[in-house]
This record gives sequence, structure tokens and C-alpha cells, in this order.
Amino acid sequence: MRLNPRWINKLVTWALTFQAVLAVGILVAIILVIFIKGAPHVSLGFIFSYPEDMGRHGGIFPSIVATVLLGLLSLVFATPLGVGTAIFLTEYTKESTFTRIIRFGVESLAGIPSIIYGLFGFIFFVIKLGMGWSLLSGTLTITIMVLPTIIRTSEEAIKAVPNNLRMVSFSLGATKWETVTRVVIPSAMPGILTGIMLSIGRAVSETAAVIFTMGSSLRLPTSLADSGRTMAVHFYILAREGISLEKAYGTALILVMTILIINFVAYYLMNRMVAKYS
Amino acid sequence: MGKPHSSRETGIKWLLTLFALSSLLFLFVIFAFILAEGLPLFVKVGPGHIIFGMKWAPTKGHFGIFPMIVSSFMVTFGALVFGASLALACATYLSEYAGRKTKLFLKPALELLAGIPSVVYGFLGVVYIVPLIREYLGGPGFSILSTSLVLGIMILPTIISISFDALMSVPAGYREGSLAMGATKWQTVYRVVLPAARSGILASFILGMGRAIGETMAVIMVAGNALKIPTSLLDPLRTLTSNIALELAYATGDHRSALFSTGVVLLVIIMFLNLVANFWVKKRTAR
Repeated sequence: MRLNPRWINKLVTWALTFQAVLAVGILVAIILVIFIKGAPHVSLGFIFSYPEDMGRHGGIFPSIVATVLLGLLSLVFATPLGVGTAIFLTEYTKESTFTRIIRFGVESLAGIPSIIYGLFGFIFFVIKLGMGWSLLSGTLTITIMVLPTIIRTSEEAIKAVPNNLRMVSFSLGATKWETVTRVVIPSAMPGILTGIMLSIGRAVSETAAVIFTMGSSLRLPTSLADSGRTMAVHFYILAREGISLEKAYGTALILVMTILIINFVAYYLMNRMVAKYS
Repeated sequence: MGKPHSSRETGIKWLLTLFALSSLLFLFVIFAFILAEGLPLFVKVGPGHIIFGMKWAPTKGHFGIFPMIVSSFMVTFGALVFGASLALACATYLSEYAGRKTKLFLKPALELLAGIPSVVYGFLGVVYIVPLIREYLGGPGFSILSTSLVLGIMILPTIISISFDALMSVPAGYREGSLAMGATKWQTVYRVVLPAARSGILASFILGMGRAIGETMAVIMVAGNALKIPTSLLDPLRTLTSNIALELAYATGDHRSALFSTGVVLLVIIMFLNLVANFWVKKRTAR
């Protein structure tokens, strides 16, 4: 017996719609649960006070500071390296074996799981270089981890800048570097900022690579040599060691909200870039 | 253009070359240090005793990680079983069936969700999935099933987003040609659009696999971390990644080396997956 194709078509349409609703529904449910369960435990006091008794009471202020410091400091290193690499790959060379090798390196870095970054940062920065569990070790590890994101997004953004802008700049007597800094980078800025925002997002949500390089001290980090506990690590420890379900939900809410805002800005900037040149 | 200008240009070019080389340097240093810490133990006790060893008691000289290798693959496969088909169905719906407005709204929403930290997935797994399994299916709840479910959900946004892009890049003419010959919508999707986007879809699955096999903290939370090869879907397990993260903080001597050996095995698996994914992506761009 041969089933009627029209009938199958209807059936499949329903099945696909159902699965799409299910997939999106699960993800929306995750956000909703975090918001509903977390909201009662979040207040200004929770954000601005210090944790007490391993996080059982009090707030998460030192963790927020540690997260912000880790995100911003790793950008200080990763942005020039990443954007510089992207400029080199797009403006200063043609496709060759050399660029293919560099791209292979970038792709490989992007594929390494975060626990391997944790292992590496632990043995290299924490132990061999004697930095200990510190903001500096964490920053350097995360810098390497987010580098591929910045390189890729910046490269895409720079490639999207129309060539005639460069031609006009050259014809006015500008050098390559002048063209890059005054014409190409300003035009590619939204795209580059997207990469930067996505990188902050990764630094904020990372746990495995951070816990073994930055440690998990609950004190407020005041220097590069201090250990610190980012929000993601704090949340992990609260949840894993069953310290406090309420505080875990509260921390999760702040964490998720931070990520959503960061990604929203990144997405907005990317759209502006796309709208500008297509 | 005067001479000082051009020498400055050369200097900048060299500086940028150095920047570009830094990625390669980092990759090299990461490999060098993981291998330097992990390989000597392979030589000392023999690779067979580590890779195929069944017993992990690193303080007593047993460094077998075979159960963890098996477990890693099991939950990765499980994650694909739960996540891949659902994600592909969702991507197909979004690109082929959804209206313009739905597309415009859902695509960015999914990109946002891709950033939810993996620890959040693990946490919700412990709070909701694990007790459910313990209550209705038996066992401790911390199991292959719970881990696969959590990882499957975690890789949804990644797979949906990438396979959606692959489906959207299939030229509209393919669909029009098929529909013009009297094929139904589903026949068109199944026989024309999906095959045309095949390599991109496969690449999305492999990237999802890479995320699942590399995930650490979420897995620690829901896997139960037991040391034997799981024999049922309800058995607890320990993956390669969680083995490293559970013990790194206090391990010393050979014990620590064994964790780096675990890292070496993980790294080899990941590099292999990346090579395969790269190969597929290249084939797509070549077409």
C-alpha cells in the first residue's frame, strides 16, 4: 500500500511544528524557571553585600566584582591580539599556506574544551610560572580561550567592509595603516564589538577553566595576585555542594540575566553591521 | 610617501604578523604542556594499562580510564539521540515552514539562549531531571539517561543555529524546481533541501558532539561520577572531563600525571572530531 503523499505532508508538518515548539519550549522553560525561582532571592542587598557562612547567607558582591574584573581584564589582552590577527589575515596578506596554518591554529584553539584550558592554565600559569590561583592566571587562561571568537568575528566584520572605501582612502594618499585605522576599523566596529561582547559572555559563563586557574576564594579580589570566585564558579559550588538552593537560584538569575544582556547587545551590534553593508 | 612612513608600515606589518602567530604559539604551548605532563605516565605504565585499564585508583598505581572513555562516548551519543533530531526538526521548521515574523523573532532568541552557562543546565538537571528518573525509573537518578538529557538540551541551540544557517543557504531555486514538478512540501524538504544542506547539518552535529564530549561541570552535577562501566541507562558514570575536574584540585605526583593523561586522551578525541568537522565544512564551501 502506498500512502498518499499529501497525507504524509500534513502529518510531517504537524510533527515538525510540534518538535520546534518542544525545542523552543524547553529553552524558554529553563529561562522562566530561573527567573521565577530566582526572583524572590534577588534584591539590591543580595547584589551589594558580602557572602557569609560559605554563601549560605548574605550576597554575592565579591563574585560580581571578580566576574567583571575577569571579563574586562581578559579583553585588555585578547582584543589587541585578536583584532590584530584579524587585520593581518584580511588586510596584510593574501590567502597562502601561511594564513591557512594560522587559521588552522585558530580553529583548533576554538575546538579545545574548557577543561583542557583549565588543565593548561593550572600547570602553566598557576604552577610553572608560580602565579598561584589568581586573577592573573585566570585572565591569561581566558584570554587564550576567547581569542578565536574575537579573531573570527573581527575577520568577518573586516571582510564585510566594501573595498571601494579602501580604494578611496588609498587614492587620497593614505598608507595601508592609515587606511586600516581610519577607514576599515571604524566601519567594522560594530562587528568587532560583537566579538568582544561574545567573549565577555564566555568569560562570565565559564566554570571549568576558571575554577582551576583563579581558584574560588570568596574574598573581594583587590589585586592581580588575588584569588577570586566568579559568579559561575560560585553558583557551581553552591549547587554542587548543596550549600543553599535559594542562593543558587538567586545567583543563577543574576548570571543568566548578565549573559542575556551581553548576548543581546552583541546581537544588536551584529544586526547593525549586517544592515549597514547588505 | 617618505621613507619614515614606509619603515613604520613595515614595522606594523611585522607586529601584526607576530600577533597572528600568537594563536599558533598558544596552541603549541597548550599541547606541549599537556603532553609533557601526561605522556610520561603512558611510557611508565604502558599505554594499554591506561587506555584499556578497567581500574582507577591513582594513589595505588591503577590508572585505567577505559570506563571513562566508554562513558564519555555513551553520553555524547545519548546527547545526539535526544538533541540532534529535535534540533534538526526545529531548524527545518524554522527555515522551511515558519513565517517571516516567526523567523525574525526565533532566530535571535535561540542565539541568546546559546549563551546560557552550562552549569545552569547541570543545576536544573539535578533539581528536576534526576529526581524524576529516580522516582519513576529507579536507580540513583544520576545516570546516563539524565546526563544525556541534560547534554542533549544543552546542545540544542548550537545545532539549531548552525543547521538553520545551512538550510537557509540552499538556493530558493532548488525548492521552486521541486515544487514545480508537483512534489509536496515534505517531498521537497526531504529529497531536495535536506540533502543539499547535508554537510552543514553534519558539521552542526559534530560541533554539538564536541560540546557534549567536552562539557565538564554540568556532567559532574548529573552523572553520579561512579567508576565502573555503566551497564544500564540508569547507572551512574564518570566521563573523561569530570575525572579531571573532580580530582585536579588535590592530586599530586603520579595521580596528577594521570589526570593529564586523561587530558591527552580527551584532546586526541577532540582533535579528531574537529578534523572531521573541518573536512565537512570545507566540502560545503568547495561546493
